[in-house]
Amino acid sequence: MSGANGIPAERLVELYSQMVRIREFEERVKRTFAEHPGVIRGHTHLADGAEASIVGSVGAIRDGDQVFATYRCHGYPIALGSDTAAMMAEIYGRAGGICKGYGGSMHLADPARGFLGTSGIVGQNIPQGTGAAYAAQLRGRGEVVLTFFGDGASKQGAFHESLNIAAVWKLPVVFIMENNSFSATVRTEQEDANAAAGEPLSMKAKAYSIPGVTVDGSDPLAVHEAVATAVDRARAGEGPTLIESLVYRLSAHGNSIAPPGVPLHYPEHEAISKYGAVEEYEAAKRGDPIPRFRAHLVETGALTAERAAEIAQAAQAEMQHAVDFGLESPFPEPHEALTYVYA
Amino acid sequence: MSETHETTYAAAVAGAIGDAMRVDPTVFVIGEDVTAGGPFTTTAGLVDEFGTERVLDTPISEAAICGIAVGAAQSGLRPVLEIMYIDFITLALDQLVNQAAKAHFMSGGQLTVPMVLRTQGGAGHRSGAQHSQSMESWLTHVPGLTVVMPSRAVDAAGLLASAIADPGPVVVVENKTLYFRKETVPACIEPVPIGKAAILRPGRDVTVVALSRLVHEALAAAETLAAEGIEVEVIDPRTLVPLDLETILESVRRTNRLVVAHEAVQHGGFGAEIAAAVQHAGFDDLDAPIERVGAPFQPIPVSPHLEDAYLPGAAEVRAAVLATLGRSDPGADLTSH
Repeated sequence: MSGANGIPAERLVELYSQMVRIREFEERVKRTFAEHPGVIRGHTHLADGAEASIVGSVGAIRDGDQVFATYRCHGYPIALGSDTAAMMAEIYGRAGGICKGYGGSMHLADPARGFLGTSGIVGQNIPQGTGAAYAAQLRGRGEVVLTFFGDGASKQGAFHESLNIAAVWKLPVVFIMENNSFSATVRTEQEDANAAAGEPLSMKAKAYSIPGVTVDGSDPLAVHEAVATAVDRARAGEGPTLIESLVYRLSAHGNSIAPPGVPLHYPEHEAISKYGAVEEYEAAKRGDPIPRFRAHLVETGALTAERAAEIAQAAQAEMQHAVDFGLESPFPEPHEALTYVYA
Repeated sequence: MSETHETTYAAAVAGAIGDAMRVDPTVFVIGEDVTAGGPFTTTAGLVDEFGTERVLDTPISEAAICGIAVGAAQSGLRPVLEIMYIDFITLALDQLVNQAAKAHFMSGGQLTVPMVLRTQGGAGHRSGAQHSQSMESWLTHVPGLTVVMPSRAVDAAGLLASAIADPGPVVVVENKTLYFRKETVPACIEPVPIGKAAILRPGRDVTVVALSRLVHEALAAAETLAAEGIEVEVIDPRTLVPLDLETILESVRRTNRLVVAHEAVQHGGFGAEIAAAVQHAGFDDLDAPIERVGAPFQPIPVSPHLEDAYLPGAAEVRAAVLATLGRSDPGADLTSH
């Protein structure tokens, strides 16, 4: 684990607490499939295993900065302070949802907190983050944009086009690639030329003459340091950085997909179901970033076991409330389906 | 009488963008070669007044520049994006269709995308199959997009002003063969409301709804038909989405005959939507089947002789008008259709 780099103990505990809350929120999403069958339909994608990367990144920005993400998007708004009850209601398709039930799990947005939305299309948000960075550059107030995406998105043309433009225009954007080793079920080294050659994906930055950094995404402090450096560079007008954050997705790519009436569930992880790599998956679970960070904080005296238990309890209570709120929230009226087509 | 002056469609476009940039610092221009004015001078001179901070030449990256416009719009700016040829819009469609058109909806009204995507289509320049298409019906099929298609300088400027002020994404489909047509316009062009058709020639016998370049072809056909005692009413919808169906229906109530004319391939073209809407809402007013004029179902050839044969024009409009009256046109060469 990296050093705290002058981050006060209380702030470290706050970052830990955010990780716990994100995990608990997503555990409740997952449990909903079993406990309340039929309440969630369609698609959900969980970020368990990436919590350290999410809070380390979002923790490095300030008010006025903006965030774009891909469809694996529950963690970012939690780290930005969004209302988890409204988020759960959104995933349940309810009128009390953060997007009133129009977006769902893959399309959370909370522009009031700088979360400008997500894309269900892989890589689509990368140029959008670049455009918001142009807006920030024009405003001239030193604001930056983080745009998150997976390793798979780096094979889209939009990724390469955006890095090129952001580099030429020196835009205040940080491209954060969460490399979770799989594009749905395909291993990165099967579909990425750098990975196939045994090289880090961050070397793609070289093609655009910008810094490219690979960081241990299970270490929130390492991620924080890398992102803070990139953010400083962006604020100073020196342009973008590509950060490859190595994470291991602990759940399958997404829930099973079936028509209404057929129960949905989270299938076994692809590492096991497709590749039979049981030990690889077990090792990833042993490396779970949350207990790892907790142990570090306890070891360094920033956190006591009692405080850790309180944080866990508070997260459980918060997410129980989120589930209750979601279940009690009414469905949108059918006639409301036609609103918001035009502004 | 207010003052008038002579201008061109292209100059009117540049003028409208400049007017908007002067009063609203959030308006900016982004596209390929826009500081040089683009291939048709539609952004000429803007960089001199507003600088390279607000008039941005981009790499040839249509997906990214459309996405940049979307993200900038979501972040509070009003981009005026140029996609140089509508044929290239295929590269930008993910950003336009999957995000620009849906962000307001998917966010439950929290996000808005006040962007304008200007582009131009149309054959007639011997530019071949990838620089000549009329693809407006690809865009009119997307809920969330507003689509305007001006045929005259005064509408090009007036609709562009309204498009830039609009809170949502608006696609402006211009036409390359109209850019240097001279037109007398008011010294100060007023914004043209989106969703309002214009009756450009009144007539009692047959209604012709024409789009873009075909408006001028329809007016030419109407002129020759008038000499033969047939009075054609020519309507330019100007906006395709939302369509001013009421103006068309009101006309059909008087004429009882309708021709829909556009340069796009007839098969699956926007004319089919107009025809279906009119036959449903105005069935009792129709005395003849609705006639459609459009291009044949084929890519656009580059050879001048082939392109001329491909392009629908005044002769096809004339034949369609006569068909609604139950007359054939012995003078027409319809071999290409």
